[in-house]
Amino acid sequence: MSKAIYALYDDDDVMVEGAKSILSKNIRIKDVYSPFPVHGLENVLGIKWTRLAITAFLYGLTAMTLALIGMWFFMIQDWPMNIGGKPNDFLYQNLPAFIPITFEFTVLCAAHGMALTYFIRNKTFPGMPARNPHPRTTDDHFAIEISRDENSGVSDDDIRAVLQETNPVEIFEK
Amino acid sequence: MQKEAAIREPLILGDKTYHQITEDVCAPVEGKANKYWYIVFSLSVMVALWGVGCILYTIGRGIGVWGLNTTVDWAWDITNFVWWVGIGHAGTLISAVLLLFRQKWRMAINRSAEAMTIFAVIMAALFPGIHMGRIWMAYWVFPLPNTFGSLWVNFNSPLLWDVFAISTYFSVSLVFWYIGLIPDFATIRDRAVKPVSKMAYSVLSFGWTGNAKAWIRFEEVSLVLAGLATPLVFSVHSIVSMDFATSVIPGWHTTIFPPYFVAGAIFSGFAMVQTLLLIARKVLSLESYITVKHAEYMNIIIVITGSMVGVAYLSELFISWYSGVEYEAYAFLNRATGPYWWAYWSMMTCNVITPQLFWFKKIRTSLIASFILSIFVNIGMWFERFVIIVTSLHRDFIPSSWSMFHPTFVDIGIFLGTIGIFFTLFLLFSRFFPVLALNELKSILKSSGDNYKKKH
Repeated sequence: MSKAIYALYDDDDVMVEGAKSILSKNIRIKDVYSPFPVHGLENVLGIKWTRLAITAFLYGLTAMTLALIGMWFFMIQDWPMNIGGKPNDFLYQNLPAFIPITFEFTVLCAAHGMALTYFIRNKTFPGMPARNPHPRTTDDHFAIEISRDENSGVSDDDIRAVLQETNPVEIFEK
Repeated sequence: MQKEAAIREPLILGDKTYHQITEDVCAPVEGKANKYWYIVFSLSVMVALWGVGCILYTIGRGIGVWGLNTTVDWAWDITNFVWWVGIGHAGTLISAVLLLFRQKWRMAINRSAEAMTIFAVIMAALFPGIHMGRIWMAYWVFPLPNTFGSLWVNFNSPLLWDVFAISTYFSVSLVFWYIGLIPDFATIRDRAVKPVSKMAYSVLSFGWTGNAKAWIRFEEVSLVLAGLATPLVFSVHSIVSMDFATSVIPGWHTTIFPPYFVAGAIFSGFAMVQTLLLIARKVLSLESYITVKHAEYMNIIIVITGSMVGVAYLSELFISWYSGVEYEAYAFLNRATGPYWWAYWSMMTCNVITPQLFWFKKIRTSLIASFILSIFVNIGMWFERFVIIVTSLHRDFIPSSWSMFHPTFVDIGIFLGTIGIFFTLFLLFSRFFPVLALNELKSILKSSGDNYKKKH
């Protein structure tokens, strides 16, 4: 037997209303697949907001520290250079000249670190097979996924009846 | 759903549905290219190959094959470098800064503008690379543990800042562009019928699912990347300008350079976006998405940044006199009236005077006028860099070493060649990649689509 039942919609507003009415009947929604971000859906489904922005900050902070330590080592500690006789005994004396690279390296690591985390969290990598339930969910259709495991107390017919009330264009199993 | 004022002009014209947007944008990818595409593509490839030949000749013989001499030791190479970096600034500006300002009109143009950015930055990075002479030593610009000698690279030097700025800018723009492309590749993947294209787009789309949490992450990543890319855009061209501004050469040694270069970069970048998109909308039949309104918005940015550049030119001129430094004053007098007067006045005409025509609504909403004026800006901005670099160098402190710069066929070949490579890459992009951001356009259809606006 297939694991999940899907209801397919051709409009985002109909789908959001459908999701609300399904949830009000105490049926759990596992996921929703859509061709573009549907705003407000996360509140209906009760999905927590992502913490990717925090990871970007942490990657950036690490990079900033590394850049400053690196430049301190290269230019102050290991091989100080006499540039126009300007003092370079301590990091702070040369700090203004180190700001551009500190900034660039911070942005570099924050952006790439966050992008990598994003790929890992979404499980998206080159060569991964398509995992959306219906090919038209990347075109103009929206699918609500109802997992049988999560709704073991409800019979298939009841789930289908509830889904049917929400005006889907199609109900299918996969 | 976001509501929009009824008097605001629609951004998507005609009776479009979600499916119609997919059809329209996928058509160039799924269909066969017309003969114009093949003609332009063959031409670009020929020019590109000529350029590659000249580059290989330079690498083989050394940069003595260029027209450089001991006085003018930076000329077309650095001119082209700065010109291409400048062109590369509009893409990230459109996608990042306009995203932060929630400008919906960016959505029809951001994808191709970002592609343009990436290709332009590749062209830019080529020039410092081949100017090193021994390009196989290019990795020496990175701070590697010194088995090569006993010195680290100089972190106080703007040239090294440039290495970090350009490589960060390139790779962050690439990631930003690609993350936006993934859902659209998934759309093409799910529509593909031929096994080869199905497989190719399956690999390119990274197995994108489009579930609710993935879209939340997508939006968050786009927003944070935009937040990171915005200061990055400004920093990159500021750092490029410091290559000149931190030197002691009269004409270069000015504090106005960073803001002046950034404004100029946005100016030239938007002009190039205008040039390319006015052709692309016709060739790819995207008139409903890239509308006259989009062209008008871009023209407004061109006239604003063009005026900023104009103010910078005049301030420079005034300060060179007001400073009382005779070398500085002479550098500017020489620019306007010396042997390179024609370059200076081409720059002034194309950058300061002609863009002012965009104050007239008739001109800025005329696509033909926009196209012609955008070409003017492209030319003018090349001359700006040429004027800054060559006129400041060619009259040295000692009159006995005064000189002129004469480009050789290699200089010309490499410059034209980069234009050829750029167009080759852009044409390939327009053929195999979704040129509009499908998912973003669909998300504004109900608020900014023509048919939906009429209904409400």
